[in-house]
Amino acid sequence: MPTAAEPLLQVRDLRTWFLTDSGPVRAVDGVSFDVHAGETLGVVGESGSGKSVCAKSIMRLLDEPARIVGGSILFKGRDLAHLDDEGIREVRGREIAMVFQDPMTSLNPVLRIARQLIEAMTAHGRFTAAAARSRAIDLLRRMGVASADRTVNSFPHQFSGGMRQRVMLAMGFSNEPSLLIADEPTTALDVTIQAQILDLLRGLNRDLGTAVILISHDLGVIANICSRVLVMYAGEVVEEGAPEELLTDPRHPYTWALLHAAPRIDAQAEDRRLITIEGQPPDPRAWPSGCRFRARCPFAVEKCAEHPELLPVAAGRAARCWVTQEGGSLHTPERARPVVAAPVDATPAAPILEVSGLQKHFPLPKEAFFERQRVLRAVDGVDLQVFAGETVGLVGESGCGKSTLARLVTRLHEPTDGKIVFAGTDITHASLSAIRPLRRRMQMIFQDPYASLNPRMTIGEILAGPLILHGIAGDAAAARTRVAELLDLVGLPGQSVTRYPYEFSGGQRQRISIARALAVGPDFVVADEPISALDVNIQAQIINLMVDLQERLGLTYLFIAHDLAVVRHVCDRIAVLYLGKIMEVGPAASLFARPLHPYTRTLISAAPVPDPRVERTRRHVPMKGEPPSALNPPSGCRFRTRCPIAEERCTREEPPLLEAAPGQRVACHFPGRLT
Amino acid sequence: MSDIALPAIASPRTRWLRRYGLASFGAVIILAWIFAAIFAPWLTRYDPNFVDVAARLQPPSASHWLGTDALGRDVATRVIYGARVSLTVGMVVVLVGALFGTLLGASAAYARGWAEEGLMRLTDLVFCFPPIILAMAIAAALGIGTVNTVIAMLVVWWPKFARLSRSLVISQRSMEYVEAAQSIGFGPAHILLRQIIPNAIGPLVVLVTLDLGNAILVFAGLSFLGLGTVPPTPEWGSMVGEGRELVQQWWVATFPGLAILTVVMAFNFMGDGFRDWLDPHANRR
Repeated sequence: MPTAAEPLLQVRDLRTWFLTDSGPVRAVDGVSFDVHAGETLGVVGESGSGKSVCAKSIMRLLDEPARIVGGSILFKGRDLAHLDDEGIREVRGREIAMVFQDPMTSLNPVLRIARQLIEAMTAHGRFTAAAARSRAIDLLRRMGVASADRTVNSFPHQFSGGMRQRVMLAMGFSNEPSLLIADEPTTALDVTIQAQILDLLRGLNRDLGTAVILISHDLGVIANICSRVLVMYAGEVVEEGAPEELLTDPRHPYTWALLHAAPRIDAQAEDRRLITIEGQPPDPRAWPSGCRFRARCPFAVEKCAEHPELLPVAAGRAARCWVTQEGGSLHTPERARPVVAAPVDATPAAPILEVSGLQKHFPLPKEAFFERQRVLRAVDGVDLQVFAGETVGLVGESGCGKSTLARLVTRLHEPTDGKIVFAGTDITHASLSAIRPLRRRMQMIFQDPYASLNPRMTIGEILAGPLILHGIAGDAAAARTRVAELLDLVGLPGQSVTRYPYEFSGGQRQRISIARALAVGPDFVVADEPISALDVNIQAQIINLMVDLQERLGLTYLFIAHDLAVVRHVCDRIAVLYLGKIMEVGPAASLFARPLHPYTRTLISAAPVPDPRVERTRRHVPMKGEPPSALNPPSGCRFRTRCPIAEERCTREEPPLLEAAPGQRVACHFPGRLT
Repeated sequence: MSDIALPAIASPRTRWLRRYGLASFGAVIILAWIFAAIFAPWLTRYDPNFVDVAARLQPPSASHWLGTDALGRDVATRVIYGARVSLTVGMVVVLVGALFGTLLGASAAYARGWAEEGLMRLTDLVFCFPPIILAMAIAAALGIGTVNTVIAMLVVWWPKFARLSRSLVISQRSMEYVEAAQSIGFGPAHILLRQIIPNAIGPLVVLVTLDLGNAILVFAGLSFLGLGTVPPTPEWGSMVGEGRELVQQWWVATFPGLAILTVVMAFNFMGDGFRDWLDPHANRR
């Protein structure tokens, strides 16, 4: 970006290391970049690439043992890397503000919103308390907080995640900083709320001229807002450029890999396998001497044994790669064309799982003795069929009941009402011992690879447990053989048997979790957000593994996810859940080609596409507000409070789930009206 | 990069000593006391209950290292033999209390509902009284004697383990590995005993260790008040009690008191060491 003016922020050869007892962890290792006034710079990279540490170095929010051991951070004529504590406090909050990932912990829970906002402004002596108060209300209003003059007196716990992030943004902008650093500001939010926050951030940047550094792992988010992108890998910047070019014609193989590992919402692939790169990022205690990406790079040449510099590859672009610096290009694999929705063939077989009128209500503890019992309607009347061999996706925002539904189907919870028939057996209220034999056919994969494996058991014990319980392996030797087979099936080395879960990475743990589910030889697997805790490339590896296993073992999946692109990519049929009810269900292809329910339509439009040119042509349907509470769902159609086409009828009549197109059923009075 | 000054990295030995030095010191003291308790007859040539009125209230000397008490019994010998009672009682009270309390608290937490509610109200009831007063009242009702005192102490001891194990099990219960075990088909007993409790054992071990000193102290206190062991059994608390009016003959009460002090402190050092060792945050550096 050639600008005549001096850059606002100049980071030169920044090195931030964690000086641990076992040697320095070189988290940020020679990073240089500029931020110009009013610019939006995106920083992408997988976890451990050093992007957050980089941001914290600029704010000097480093805790022991992290330390800036080299380089400079020039900001308005000052070197932040060498400023004393008092000097950096002057800069923090006033000239550079930061918004963090987790809106649940970044506000002080015992102080009112007003007080936190006012203190942020009066701390730098720029406002009196009274002026700060009226400004706080103005700011909240600007951030899209409804009836700001009242809500300013709330406590943080009374706000949802999206609202708290708005408060954080208000606090960030309260002193009119010239730079805002947003570290994964939308990662913890639902896709519709993410779209709202990104819109807000874009508007603030445009109206106030504040420069923004946006850190994200999601290329779609970056493509949406940023005018320039940095890609980080192994503590270095590996590529830099405008998103239009960088995301369509990557010049570093790592960018290339990131781009192709994530399924896209705007394209249906013919093959469900994604392009992945092997292995994992190198150890930050001992970076390899040559190119740090070399061991995983599909394009590596001899010269890559030498460490490449970040050099220009085109106008306004730079890459740290020998191949592209010498004029080589990274071939783009053929993206499959979106296919026209294939006609759904008549369903011949009986469904393996049939759920009808399913409800799960959780009674909440009373707040007062004479209060009426409050009930959380997590799942509130769901009908769903799953046929053998297919993959059914379950999508929806957090709190829509998709995880509860998964736990009802696998009978970890007992339903309040309704019926679950699995493989011809009614298991709605089956006892523990009655359902045990069926568990051999029905298994579950969990979301959090760090919590779903018992940390005190070896991998061998974890995998042998189900075999012994169900009498699958007669003796210890048979169990050992079967465990070795399972490890091989999910692509883990045989010596993993004696190791403990903490010795494995997130992706490897998810493989173990899959192996455990497959140990008993099930034909139906419920996967509850199996990839949402993983990095993009690891996500792709796990998707590929699940697709492979489905083909080899003939599995049926109930796949729960909040990422629509992933669901579109792997599922045959999709059910969209909202506040415990199915809004729309149908074949993946037709659901995405022609969503009939306004909720489906807004969800799809809210998911960002990692290509600014495509993004500009997409029609965005903004969704109003936040999901209502499942304690007290709206009358009539549950979606009406956020629906752009709701009419009076929707408040009175609850629309039934009816077939509106072949195989596609919708619960809406006006199917297909919102386009 | 040679211009970057890195701070000196402490050698592994220094680091280990900094973290576990006190704890190992505590362990050495405890081992020494256990050794003394087991091999007491070989460590002293006196009988702890041999009364020699002619040699009463002798100050420390070459023949009686820690002097003699009002009945002419060798204080050193009685302190060494006293370790037998104190250590045994401490361990029995804490281990039995911990086992009982943990199983009860853990099962209640896993079952939820009225079982949990009832158990917690029962612990509240015990917590209503100052522990030593309640133990005194029960011990007095049961009659004086070591076994009765142990029973009295157990009544006040188990609730803290029930409470701790309950909260530990509740936090583990929501972990996905528990749901995974349920979805495989394991029953509640297996999940609780084989999966959850091994993950909750860390804080319980810390509490047990820290509590051993506490139990010894309470028992010594009860004995001091005349409720614990029956004379002439050598016991530190009752020895301090016997010497409490002998201001001139300071050695009669001081040495058993020092014995209590060292054991309690040693157990506390060990408990702190366990806590550091089990704390994942402290482990990182």
